[in-house]
Amino acid sequence: MSKKANIVSKPLQPIKRAIVVGASSGIGAALTRELVGRGYVVAALARREGELNALCAALNAYSPDTPRAFPYVHDVTNSDAVPALFQTIVQDLGGLDLVVYAAGMQTAVSLDEYDTAKDKTMIDTNLIGAVAWLNQAAVRFSRARRGHIVGISSIAGDRGRVGAPGYNTSKAGLNTFLEALRNRLAKKGVTVTTIKPGFVDTALLKNAPKTFWVISPEEAAQQIAAAIQQKRQVVYVPARWGLVGLIIRHIPSFIFRRLNF
Amino acid sequence: MIEKSAKPSTNSRKTAVPSPTLPDEHLEIVSGWGESTRGMSYVYRPSTLEALANVFETARRTGRTVAMRGGGNSYGDAFMNDENIVLDLRRMNRVLDWDPGNGRIRVEPGMSIHELWQYVIEDGWWPPVVTGTSKTTIGGCAGMNVHGKNSWRKGTIGDHILEFDLMLPSGEIIPCSRTENSDIFHAAIGGMGMLGCFTSLTLKMTRIYSGYLQVHTQAQPDLAGMFDYFHGYVDESDYIVGWMDAFAGGAALGRGDVHRAYYLPEGADPNPSQSLRLENQHVPENLFGIVPKSIMWLGMRPFMNNVGTKLINTAKYYAGQVTGGKVYPQTHAAFHFLLDYVPHWKKAYGPGGLIQYQPFVPKDKAPAAFAEILRVSQAFGQPNYLTVFKRHRPDDFLLSHALDGFSMAMDFRITPDNRHQILKLTRALDEIVLAANGRFYFAKDSTVRPEVARAYLGEEAITQFRALKARCDPDNILQSNLWRRVFGAA
Repeated sequence: MSKKANIVSKPLQPIKRAIVVGASSGIGAALTRELVGRGYVVAALARREGELNALCAALNAYSPDTPRAFPYVHDVTNSDAVPALFQTIVQDLGGLDLVVYAAGMQTAVSLDEYDTAKDKTMIDTNLIGAVAWLNQAAVRFSRARRGHIVGISSIAGDRGRVGAPGYNTSKAGLNTFLEALRNRLAKKGVTVTTIKPGFVDTALLKNAPKTFWVISPEEAAQQIAAAIQQKRQVVYVPARWGLVGLIIRHIPSFIFRRLNF
Repeated sequence: MIEKSAKPSTNSRKTAVPSPTLPDEHLEIVSGWGESTRGMSYVYRPSTLEALANVFETARRTGRTVAMRGGGNSYGDAFMNDENIVLDLRRMNRVLDWDPGNGRIRVEPGMSIHELWQYVIEDGWWPPVVTGTSKTTIGGCAGMNVHGKNSWRKGTIGDHILEFDLMLPSGEIIPCSRTENSDIFHAAIGGMGMLGCFTSLTLKMTRIYSGYLQVHTQAQPDLAGMFDYFHGYVDESDYIVGWMDAFAGGAALGRGDVHRAYYLPEGADPNPSQSLRLENQHVPENLFGIVPKSIMWLGMRPFMNNVGTKLINTAKYYAGQVTGGKVYPQTHAAFHFLLDYVPHWKKAYGPGGLIQYQPFVPKDKAPAAFAEILRVSQAFGQPNYLTVFKRHRPDDFLLSHALDGFSMAMDFRITPDNRHQILKLTRALDEIVLAANGRFYFAKDSTVRPEVARAYLGEEAITQFRALKARCDPDNILQSNLWRRVFGAA
């Protein structure tokens, strides 16, 4: 049995505590680093134990006496395990201020491929996992009358496109779920932020045929952390994708049907 | 800040063995009375011994720790236990036995001082020690070993507890008194709920012959005047409390008002059966008969800054000078429960809340130490808003704040911007207090560090307490934020 986080609360020294789901690589890993840099204590969750432990060890090496990153191995498709694990983590951290759902995956599908197994995996990872984690966060934060929920979605959720039906659906579902949480929880003092990155230089990018405006995960994480601090609601990362999103959302169907992106 | 003992897990925690969960409906915000800190805990409110034992069982089964909460009036983190269980004992508030002939009462731990004095006063008795609010519970008062405005004369509340029963986390109930399990008796009183849960406590009440106290007020121009007054009157009066204007500097450093009060001797009140009646003791609900007191804090809110409070303190001092020397009768309830006069007054401090810093200093070193404390606070630009001055005597409990000397309770307003500064200030003040062989009081505390506790309690007392805790609570189930902060989880 490994040692618990064992964070001691002190009245005049408040600690910010976060859970990042999907922390072993990409935006999740960069955001974990960014949050630790901003003084958070972070429970970092991912399926891949090796990467996760390496990330936390590297972060804690800066201050071995006061570690701030704590690894928890978890497969987000195992949503039955979430309630107990959520309680364990929050007990270990001694509280919770922020939950970031950053787990996401995309499988390449060809233009005439209809593969239920592939689509289901994406929807399970990108959407159902988020529902399982953020429902827990919603219950807790509404009882605490404060807290912050962040979902790392994608600009890909703004429309259904020919190249990625399953991925688009998972992200559109996540957007709608986050919006519903926001509407439920705003009156309870809880903030819900939807992050819609454009192209970020992560493993997911290999499925994108044409890319432009690519930013590093570190740049994305910095912008996301700033959006969290400002308690924003829907944020495109970087911001110029907001204009793209606006245009894409308003392309009439008779034109969209004829496009092949 | 993170405790140094915290180490990163070398291996990630597996999800294969999920720990049993606690129901969300028990999850509540738990905040120290000063509201400068808050957390979430699973709160249980048992009403029977069986339900109480079940809470310990639940804790064991789910790998949680348990802290005790009475009235929830400790300023800091004494009853907080973030993400673990808080046992709120207020439903266990029954009188188990009362003898109006000799004033012995046996009560459950959740009975409040309010319920207690109301229960005994019409028989001509009053609790020997009461806190400045009547919302504290007897169990909480015993756990924190509280004192009142008669502390130098009657000591701490522990001095008036004849015996108690203590439920250990195992569910076993052990009787404790000065003759039976006396080591546990002297450690559980003032033991912050870390040895077990009081299930009944027996106290001796004080005989009174009138529903009134005779109260004298006197303004004092400086700190020396304050000390002189206390020295002059401690032998004859039953209660003395001083209020200080912490904004006044220079020659006026430590100026303020003193109230002293006397019980009326038998026969002095021509109609005690009338003055002892409950309706005679009730504190009025409205100010000037018009303004509901429940909203008075709103009117105080604009003054809760350095300028506003300086104005009020100055006005209060000169008002005290004008009315000084006044003698008047006041009911017991009105004299004692000053904090209850303005409900929610703490809200006037704003969302950041307040902390209290109350050092206790031996009588010969107190004048210099308190002058230094006031000066240093002013130099930090953080004068405290409410300063209360009291005289004390030592007691024989293991973890005690009591000593033969004086205490000065200081309220500091907390904001997100001044937190760091207040922390630095209290660390500077700790040095002054420790150099004067002073002590601290966990009911009020938010800032004591492990090394400060070791310095004033002594290694030996702490080792003894830990040994008793290991005996009473071998699984270390009883913990609180305060316990972990000052004594560590191990």
